[in-house]
Amino acid sequence: MAKKRMVQAINEAIAEEMERDPSIIVMGEDVHISPVGDTRGLIERFGAARVRNTPISESVMSGMAVGAAATGLRVICHLFYGNFIYTGFDAIANQAAKLRYMLGGQVKLPILYMAMIGGGRSVAAQHSDSMHPLLMNLGGVKIVMPAAPGDAKGLVKAALRDDNPVFLLQAAGRGGEAGEVPDGDYVIPLGKAEEKRAGDDVTVVALGSMVKPALKACDELAKQGISASLIDPRTVVPMDYDAILGSLRRTGRLVVVDEARKSCSVASEIAATVAERGFHLLKAPIRRVAVEDVAIPYSPVLEKAVIPGHQRIVGAVLEIAGSEGARRHG
Amino acid sequence: MSVQELTSGKLLELYGRMFRIRTVEERLAQVQAAGELPGPVHLYIGQEAVAVGVCAHLSDQDWICSTHRGHGHFLAKSDEIRKLVAEVYGRASGVCGGKGGSMHVADVSKGILGANGIVGGGIALATGAALSAQTRGTRNVAVVFFGDGAANQGVLLESLNVAALWKLPLVLVCENNGFSEFSPTATVTAGEIWKRATPFGIPGEPVDGNDVREVWSAAGEAIERARGGGGATLLEMRTYRLRGHVEAEKSFLAKSYRSDEEVERRREREPLRVALAALRGARIAPDAIAAAEDKERAAVQAAFEYAAAAPWPQPEAAFQHMFA
Repeated sequence: MAKKRMVQAINEAIAEEMERDPSIIVMGEDVHISPVGDTRGLIERFGAARVRNTPISESVMSGMAVGAAATGLRVICHLFYGNFIYTGFDAIANQAAKLRYMLGGQVKLPILYMAMIGGGRSVAAQHSDSMHPLLMNLGGVKIVMPAAPGDAKGLVKAALRDDNPVFLLQAAGRGGEAGEVPDGDYVIPLGKAEEKRAGDDVTVVALGSMVKPALKACDELAKQGISASLIDPRTVVPMDYDAILGSLRRTGRLVVVDEARKSCSVASEIAATVAERGFHLLKAPIRRVAVEDVAIPYSPVLEKAVIPGHQRIVGAVLEIAGSEGARRHG
Repeated sequence: MSVQELTSGKLLELYGRMFRIRTVEERLAQVQAAGELPGPVHLYIGQEAVAVGVCAHLSDQDWICSTHRGHGHFLAKSDEIRKLVAEVYGRASGVCGGKGGSMHVADVSKGILGANGIVGGGIALATGAALSAQTRGTRNVAVVFFGDGAANQGVLLESLNVAALWKLPLVLVCENNGFSEFSPTATVTAGEIWKRATPFGIPGEPVDGNDVREVWSAAGEAIERARGGGGATLLEMRTYRLRGHVEAEKSFLAKSYRSDEEVERRREREPLRVALAALRGARIAPDAIAAAEDKERAAVQAAFEYAAAAPWPQPEAAFQHMFA
């Protein structure tokens, strides 16, 4: 166990898996120099045949990943900013997510698409989207969104051993943050949430970048006598509803926090599923904390107004749990 | 690879395969018109020489990707006529279990990554298959069949660039059949398609796509080059789509985009006639040709009888195969 940045954890996981499995290749723009840091050193270690520095050509990259994966390789396709998923979206939506199904199961598509998503760094609307809901709606891809370096390592390793297209969506502003990373072959099964804080008054489900403000919100709420259970699904597809409903069984209250736009967000999906499967558990209406239906702006002042912070999470919790929670504990 | 290297025996074999494709497609036209098929079909009639002439050089370990007009490519590389027809009928014993249908026929065990419903969709897939063949150190190649319509998709430029940069074992076979869906190619396409290879420094060549000998020769050379590490080639096969973009199109089109006279004129040089003339020129006995045709007719007849009687998929199958 050692403290590492998330990009280092991802880098370490990729390198270990490439060492273990010679069929893994990496392709992407600037992966040789790795401005993000997650593919740094790989070309020196594994050579240019396995680490393909590509032109800025997402249409062919996203589709090449499918063709190469269907014919015997495991492919890491690095798409850099999440918004570039859109420029490569045809092959993602029409091939990667559907080819196995359309062919009646004749192919396996072990692909790890990697991208940085979300805002917070003043890179404006075309570099700040969170497109996990869009990808979730495709149906044929898995999605992991680690919020801590240790989780990132374990999830990348699991993704690279999975026989399906998996998206690793890393919160853009989070790569530099440090956290404990277990050494060696540390694998976290896809579809397993983690309760990052235990609590009995309210369940807060936070996705990816929203785990950090949610942790801060939990601290604030604790000061006000409200104990929140913080669930980090870590994997969006498959979603660990058992963990969410398990927490809800104790708390009866749910706030879902998502950096996506609210309409059709993953927060919406979680809220809908909980309403269907756990309505009897609810003591109060579900609250979604998400980005309103606007693009992500440039100016830090505007960006802060749009992206949920801990105060909005605290506010949402107080709306549904505030008085009773405070009464009980205070 | 010169046309002279094509033996008369091999030519008869190629003709038989073309005849098989033609017979399947004509029969599909009939059953489609009779309302026996669940979905639309895009027929390959008039273009058979391209698939057959190219696939003659490929093994099961070489990959092809094709188009929405993909029955011919499938039948050129796989012997599974029954599984193809059953798939178009939407039956459980179809090659994709009835999940893909006409636009997605694929036989991965034979190196067929599939027809594709997205115009140009196979280009990136085949580029990836070529990358895979190269990275794994094999001598296999990938071939992508795409239409003149797909030549106007941006992904072709991206593919040509990486294929040239990395010297990928890829053969890009553009089938210029004269029409992008319902638009004559010249009205939507600037310049000549084969010349699009030139700026990337890879060979490009126009080929008479209705003469299986010419296709066989040009494809053989390109595939040999790709196998030997010489990189990609773009071949523009000039052919002509004798049927519509999609069967029964006259039922919904308000006006025609070509004249019946034009189609009849082009029929004079359609690939089966060209091949037949070549067979006669090579002194193949008419009996041998008729025997080959009879054999194909019987096989196709059996495949349609099989497919029409094949069981439908269980509804539960709809929920399988999203994930491995």
